[in-house]
Amino acid sequence: MEHEQEQEGLSAARWRTAISLTLVMLAVYVGFILLVAFNKPLLGRVIVPGLSVGILLGVLVIGVAWLLTWWYIRWANALDAGIRRIARAGAAGTGRR
Amino acid sequence: MAGAGSPNLVAIAFFVGFIALSLGITWVASRRTHSTDHFYTAGRSVTAFQNGLALAGDYMSAASFLGIAGLVATSGFDGLIYSIGFLVGWPIVTFLIAEPLRNLGRYTFADVVALRLRQVPVRIAAALGSLAVIAFYLIAQMVGAGNLIRLLFGLPYEAAVVIVGVVMLVYVLFGGMIATTWVQIIKAGLLLGGATLLSLLVLARFGFNPLVLFDAAAQRYGEGVLAPGRLVSDPIDAVSLGLALMLGTAGLPHILMRFYTVADAQTARSSVGYATAAIGFFYLLTFVLGFGATVIVGRDAITKIDAGGNMAAPLLAAAVGGTPFLGFIAAVAFATILAVVAGLALSGAATLSHDLWVNVVRQGHVDESEQLAVARVATVVLAVISIGLGVIFKGQNVAFMVGLAFAIAASANFPALVLSIFWKRLTTTGAVASMLVGTFSTVTLIWFSPTIQVDILKHESAWFPLRNPGLVTIPLSFAVAVGLSLLRPANRDEQLFERATPLDVGVK
Repeated sequence: MEHEQEQEGLSAARWRTAISLTLVMLAVYVGFILLVAFNKPLLGRVIVPGLSVGILLGVLVIGVAWLLTWWYIRWANALDAGIRRIARAGAAGTGRR
Repeated sequence: MAGAGSPNLVAIAFFVGFIALSLGITWVASRRTHSTDHFYTAGRSVTAFQNGLALAGDYMSAASFLGIAGLVATSGFDGLIYSIGFLVGWPIVTFLIAEPLRNLGRYTFADVVALRLRQVPVRIAAALGSLAVIAFYLIAQMVGAGNLIRLLFGLPYEAAVVIVGVVMLVYVLFGGMIATTWVQIIKAGLLLGGATLLSLLVLARFGFNPLVLFDAAAQRYGEGVLAPGRLVSDPIDAVSLGLALMLGTAGLPHILMRFYTVADAQTARSSVGYATAAIGFFYLLTFVLGFGATVIVGRDAITKIDAGGNMAAPLLAAAVGGTPFLGFIAAVAFATILAVVAGLALSGAATLSHDLWVNVVRQGHVDESEQLAVARVATVVLAVISIGLGVIFKGQNVAFMVGLAFAIAASANFPALVLSIFWKRLTTTGAVASMLVGTFSTVTLIWFSPTIQVDILKHESAWFPLRNPGLVTIPLSFAVAVGLSLLRPANRDEQLFERATPLDVGVK
């Protein structure tokens, strides 16, 4: 039973992380879209020749999407390995699964 | 411009070569397709990297390559809104959708929603939503292919559409998912390789510094090209489009199907990671391709060939690499469309045969050979319908059609899918009503939008102001699902959630 609770705890941790990351991604993207919609002068400002705030933020949004995905996959794969270890320990302890 | 509108031997050679190569792969694969499990899911033998590339191949359609490059070339920054919107759906799919779907181990989107709800009504509603998405997506690809072939090979538009339809039919009919998986992988490699090469040839003229290129575009057409412009003249419409692009990805039936082709949840997760990397890289290249076409080809030359700007990338290829390179890029663009069409057709066939025929008409009592036969008949029916619609919708804008497909997917499929995975109080009534309201409200509002009423029907004004209805229909669909579920709770649906929850990690 102890093992099952531990497993459930890890599973819950995963969903908390997944939902938090979804909210981060939503906030970043919706923030970008709101700027596009309501603050055109800011996005049109040229930082150095050829690079406007809009293009810089656009590239950053793609960068954030990459980074969050990469981090989550690494984190979740490590978590899965932990869950499998617990499951094996549980199987050895109780004689099932 | 060399080759545009007249038959081009090099282009045709590349085109025929690709068709021959992929038909060969299809033929080899067909000899290994023996069961329905193989036909739909390639026997769950696809690796994470392969599946990631196949996902990217399924996703990057005519709208991505021809459409976005054209939009950036003719409208500057506004086109990049599509690039970014098409990508940001992927992290969401990674976090929320990929693993639960794989853990449930089902074929179609309807399987997942129907798992703990009442089969028949859920499957009928889900099939309607999926088929509406597939139809809009298919029409866009057919129109893109027709225009491309007409312009580059000198064939009539109608003949080009029929060719796309027939080749698509052959792929799916004989190969099933193994063939289309390989087609997607080859296509993704060709598209990424071709777009990278084209970008490098462009950047070589600007000292390999994208900023010099962007600046050259700003010098020529004003600094407005680097800022939001006329495409997003209505701020509410910009938000609406952005929302539909982001949430639509997680509701595309042909993308959702790809999670059943891998062995476990971990592979599903990793494959979405590869897909996100490949797709993000490609969309960064569209910045260079679009502005490159602006500077090197020029807006007037692009819009003279095609008012929608869809030929920007092929024209750019001709300008920097000559006729052979034009032929190569044309073949890549055509392969892109063909592969997306094959994936869509397969997903449509799965919806019609697996969801409607097997589970609704025959109530699950069907042997495998009958199921395969129905899937094949369904593919033929879909091919004929999409050839017909492709001819009827001649002259439509490709990116616009795909944006609408995303709006339907985000309204009809996404709310029901997410709620069925995460919210145990969702009832059959709530899910079915949400899918039906999502599908019909989106299609209705598209009909009353300025695009149909003003641009196509030439009326004075439109009853509904937004060109993309996502901002209204996505919250509406969520509200209907939640409201009806709370109004009439169903204990049976809730209890089944406890037994069949997909949230537990697949410990096997």
